[in-house]
Amino acid sequence: MTGSPAATGGRDAFAIRMEGIDKTFGSVRANRGASLEVKPGEIHALVGENGAGKSTLMKILGGLQKPDAGKMAVNGRDVTGWTTSDAIASGIGVVHQHFMLVPTLTVAENIVLGMEPRNGLRFDHAKAVADVEKLSKETGFAVSPNAKVADLSVGEAQRVEILKTLFRGAKILVLDEPTAVLSPPEVKELWGVLRKLRDAGGTIVLITHRLDEVIEISDVITVMRGGQTVDRLKTSDTTPAQIARAMVGRDVVLSSRDEASALGAKVEGDGAPLEGFHPSDDMTSAIRVNDLVVMGSRNTRAVDGVTFSIRPGEILGIAGVEGNGQTELIEALAGLRPIVSGLMRVNGHDVTREDVSARRDAGVSHIPEDRHRRGLILDYTIADNLVLGLQADYTRRGLLNGDRIDENAAKQIEAFDIRPPSSELPARALSGGNQQKVVVAREMGRRFSILLASQPTRGVDVGAIEFIHSQLREARAAGKAVLLVSAELNEILALADRVAVMYRGKLTKVIPIEQADEEMLGEYMTGTRSETAA
Amino acid sequence: MNPVSFLTQMIRIAIPYLFAASGGVIAERAGIISLSLEGYMLTGAFSATLGAHYTGSAWIGLLCGMLGGLVFGLIHAVASIRYKADQVVTGIAINLLAIGVTRFFLKLAFDSSSNSPRIDGFGGNVAAHGFDNPLLWTGLFVAPVLAFLIYRTPFGLRVRAVGEHPAAAESLGIKASAIQYGAVAISGILAALGGVFLALDQHQFTDQMTAGRGFIAVAAVIFGRWDPVRAALACLFFAAAETLQIQLQGNQLIPSQFIEMIPYALTIIALAGVVGRAVPPAALGKKAE
Amino acid sequence: MSSRFRENIEEALFPPIVALLVALICGDLLIMSYGQSPGMVYRLLLEGTWGNAYGFGQVLYKATTLTFTGLAVSMGIRAGLFNVGAESQLAAGGFLAGLVGMGLSPSLPGILAILICMVAALAGGAIVGAIPGWLKVKFGAHEVIVTIMLNFIVLALLNYIVAARIHVPETLHTPEIANGVLPRLESFLPAFHGSAANLTILVALIVAGLSWVYLFKSKRGFEMRAVGLQPEAAEYGGVSVGGAWMRAMIISGAIAGLGGINYVLGYKHYYEEGFAGGSGFLGIAVALVGRNHPVGVVLAALFFATLSQGGLAIHAFVPKQMVEVLQGVVILAVAMSVPEVRAALRRARKPVAA
Repeated sequence: MTGSPAATGGRDAFAIRMEGIDKTFGSVRANRGASLEVKPGEIHALVGENGAGKSTLMKILGGLQKPDAGKMAVNGRDVTGWTTSDAIASGIGVVHQHFMLVPTLTVAENIVLGMEPRNGLRFDHAKAVADVEKLSKETGFAVSPNAKVADLSVGEAQRVEILKTLFRGAKILVLDEPTAVLSPPEVKELWGVLRKLRDAGGTIVLITHRLDEVIEISDVITVMRGGQTVDRLKTSDTTPAQIARAMVGRDVVLSSRDEASALGAKVEGDGAPLEGFHPSDDMTSAIRVNDLVVMGSRNTRAVDGVTFSIRPGEILGIAGVEGNGQTELIEALAGLRPIVSGLMRVNGHDVTREDVSARRDAGVSHIPEDRHRRGLILDYTIADNLVLGLQADYTRRGLLNGDRIDENAAKQIEAFDIRPPSSELPARALSGGNQQKVVVAREMGRRFSILLASQPTRGVDVGAIEFIHSQLREARAAGKAVLLVSAELNEILALADRVAVMYRGKLTKVIPIEQADEEMLGEYMTGTRSETAA
Repeated sequence: MNPVSFLTQMIRIAIPYLFAASGGVIAERAGIISLSLEGYMLTGAFSATLGAHYTGSAWIGLLCGMLGGLVFGLIHAVASIRYKADQVVTGIAINLLAIGVTRFFLKLAFDSSSNSPRIDGFGGNVAAHGFDNPLLWTGLFVAPVLAFLIYRTPFGLRVRAVGEHPAAAESLGIKASAIQYGAVAISGILAALGGVFLALDQHQFTDQMTAGRGFIAVAAVIFGRWDPVRAALACLFFAAAETLQIQLQGNQLIPSQFIEMIPYALTIIALAGVVGRAVPPAALGKKAE
Repeated sequence: MSSRFRENIEEALFPPIVALLVALICGDLLIMSYGQSPGMVYRLLLEGTWGNAYGFGQVLYKATTLTFTGLAVSMGIRAGLFNVGAESQLAAGGFLAGLVGMGLSPSLPGILAILICMVAALAGGAIVGAIPGWLKVKFGAHEVIVTIMLNFIVLALLNYIVAARIHVPETLHTPEIANGVLPRLESFLPAFHGSAANLTILVALIVAGLSWVYLFKSKRGFEMRAVGLQPEAAEYGGVSVGGAWMRAMIISGAIAGLGGINYVLGYKHYYEEGFAGGSGFLGIAVALVGRNHPVGVVLAALFFATLSQGGLAIHAFVPKQMVEVLQGVVILAVAMSVPEVRAALRRARKPVAA
């Protein structure tokens, strides 16, 4: 199991060999003696939780970052600390998680950028188009060279990204979370492409944290945790549970499901039955949403007629591949994005047209998905962050009441175990887990009846995950209605009483948790099964 | 009104704008905010005067002027790119610095706080000498040449990529900062040529002789939506309005101050999107992380 | 808490100190290029400013205007907006104060007249500030460009009104105000005789104090700074970003406009073409060096006023234009060292993870 390096082959047998890689950003040690060994002609999965150091390791391989320490070799040649151009010249192609495409340029221009065909002084645009068309035929990736990248779908854009690397003669392809943005057919297509490339002698490193994908596509797996390489497994010899254990470093949260459903059952006993629940019954639902339509950033219907309700003491989990409208749904419910049509009621009151503050006053708390962008003002102190959004409650005649802000900070820091317990520190100085605790403390340490929790444990350490999970369970026990959106299916299965799957702006299925299992939800999430919820 | 005299006067007014606006277009397409055009022009005018005065050659003056613009362009580039300074602040600082430096050395070199002695020019008085001034010709052609550079050369493609998405360019091994240094250097030289034209045309340097022309050029860049040819057309349009105002002087139909406002008012209108929104390059003014 | 405070102070003080050193070196070179001794010139500069009551009075006078424009610019920056329009806001404020002052009855109590003129100055600046604010909120028009363009428009407009309508023949200024004069400091402290320093300086200090309260002690200020740091987080916190921007631009413009009374009510008692004379642009430098903190702004205003007055003191030996070069150098050096210092301090700061 624990693949001791070198044991698996001679030095020259590796396409990629990285050893003892260290990389520190400010106060974050992204890589601590990480290693990676990839043989030519294999699809190698690099797995680990968010923040395990996978992307950093690949940025170092691609020459975008220089390691602080460690050695790396490609095809037996020492290439430690090389540049992007060196990496490209040596046949490494990196497809980044966030596309590295210039939207205002055409497909052909994006592909040839940096090694433009020339005709005298001129950039030979015709030749660029011809080259791209030729490459497109050879590889079977259909793209239109003269289309503007801004007009492409995500799947098409990804094809352009892969073509970009192939145009540069990439023999080693690194893909960072390539499926996060893809629809199921596009994922299938991608697997086909990768297998084809491998069979043609290419080497592929796939960064992902989705175990189903790892099992399906990879030959060998390297597991990272906390910046270190902790395991190297042969895919055919392993199981998802084994990989998950290596990723988390102990038995996985999956087991806490029993506890969750026990609690759920208790609540169920107290309230109305979960099934046969009537959306029209306002009296029993804390929040009720009817036929909600919300526009996305590209002027598409990101949320396309969503209806659901949550009773007090219930957690409704929303599962789904990211980018299916979850973000827009939560933002619309929080008042951050206009509701085009439909209705939202909180405890019987229509708040569809109310702003953020009014909804807060109506009892809606919101843990946003991105604490660095929305949830915290990183340069504000912990004390100030603990009243963000509640500032009106701490104001008298236009002036802030500093004493009460400090009192509140002392209370919340204690209650939510925020470390270090220093209210005057800027939020920036905290670890991810403690930053998230500040957000959770603010949103849950006040009077509220509905909690919108979006990716509440993203990028936080295991200890904080457990703490936040227990807070969510306590909220349920205290009769709050919780809407939980998470990209981690495990989290939803562990916490939710009912689960809904969001796919392309619609809730395709709402079922009690007892009837849900990973495989079935997976089918709904990827659109292989569909059944629009009532 | 005599159409020939109108046209020649308009072109003479337009030349400094054409050079400076071209400088603005290339720098901003690479993502560097260029409020410093005024400063480049002023330094260009002064360095050209120094060069022409001490050598007696307008050509050497021209070279000195380009050098002066290059130096100030590089100051802006180093501050914005290497030191990640706020580009609006640096731009304004460059303008203040240019005023101070030219005044100080005007005093030092010519012991005057208002103007330099007479220098030789190219004989650029269009009406009197016809088109024998090389800067007149280059001024009229700078926009099409720049359009070729930006849209038809590998360098131009990279400039556009860097101005929109520097990380994408970097991921392909393009040094975004090198492209930006190049673009800002060209910008400094081009804008300085506008100042050189002024000084050689007026046969002397006078204190603050650019008189806000650099900002008219900024207006033209935005009104022309960061496209070299459209920016040049904006320059010609602004120059035409100014010419009209000069030629109409005497019959005060519209007070001259209102003609002066035209470029600025149009720019605000363009920014507000009343007639097709002016959208800047996506990475304009963004600092590399 | 005290260590946090120290880090803030370090982050705020390093760039101006670096800038001062760079400026001193540049100054040395310029002075030597003129064949003079730097030591002697710097001594003259100090003697001519802080060394005698008249010079000091002039420093105070110039610092007063710069305090207003510096506060105006920093108020915008706190909300994430770059107001490059302080120059025309200052002019508009001065113009309206002068215009209203011309029409006031001399029999009105002086204090009332002064207050009316101050309101006019505030309004003048606020109107000019509100336009780019509105265009930003409504159309997303970038405030930097709009304020620059508006400078030219407003100055041309004022030029037209004064030149075509109300100037005193043979001059570029309006008639004197009939009421609303702010007394000069020399009427209380005769040592200041001849210097333009006047009671506006008290107004400037009060405005600086109010700015501090607004920014750091009020709910609006809490919200405005949040918008300036992270607009999306502010929005999440129930703050209307557009509203905060609008408020910031109006306050910023009003503060710059109020600066106009220093010249119009306190010094010349009329509005004159070009009286702003670059003080609006220098306000950007003041805000930058003062790190957008009211206390820093007052100190930075004194610094730049000293430079500018010092230029006159050394003019017999080195052209006063030297200080203009140094102003540019200081701004560049501060702008270049701010990100460096911040990054260096972040690197040095020990991680405080739990």
